[in-house]
Amino acid sequence: MATDTLRTLLEDAFPTAEELDVLDRTGGGDHFHVTVQSDRFDGLTLVDQHRLVYDALAEPLADGTIHELRITTRGTE
Amino acid sequence: MSELRDRIKEIIETEDVVLFMKGTPQWVMCGNSMRALETLRAAEAPITAVDVLPNPQIRQELSALSGWPTIPQVFVKGELIGGADIVQELALNGDLHEKLVEKLGDEYRKPGDERTLALNSG
Repeated sequence: MATDTLRTLLEDAFPTAEELDVLDRTGGGDHFHVTVQSDRFDGLTLVDQHRLVYDALAEPLADGTIHELRITTRGTE
Repeated sequence: MSELRDRIKEIIETEDVVLFMKGTPQWVMCGNSMRALETLRAAEAPITAVDVLPNPQIRQELSALSGWPTIPQVFVKGELIGGADIVQELALNGDLHEKLVEKLGDEYRKPGDERTLALNSG
């Protein structure tokens, strides 16, 4: 399942995440909402925070697994 | 660098607020593009919309320039502000207003000022 793939990729990228969630918004396996709270985001702009998530999900973004992605990021400070 | 990329770069650098979207403000083809558009409308920002759908190269060249893989993308005076999620979050916490004032001045509000730029393949 794509949801599990995304979760694994995010867990690898954000091993210290305090919150990590992947929601299949439509049940169709291609519209996702990911939420990550991690100290890696501390001090970064939202643009840079989202870039880190995009980097982690580069493959499913490029191969079309992800049709639509919503991202919520939070630091720990 | 392709002619198309030069044109996209020029638009980003010269327009006050650019929204690269799927569809046009009159015919929005994607939920995230709609969220970004509605947020900019609510902020009463002037909006220059560019539809990326007519030509897949537009999206390729745009993402190569911005390093941002998804659509929509919002720029204010050349600076990437983000996609729909970020623009919404910035609007909620007041930072979007602040950014518009910083980049465009106190008088940035132009409600209903929307135009669409068509990009032809270079």
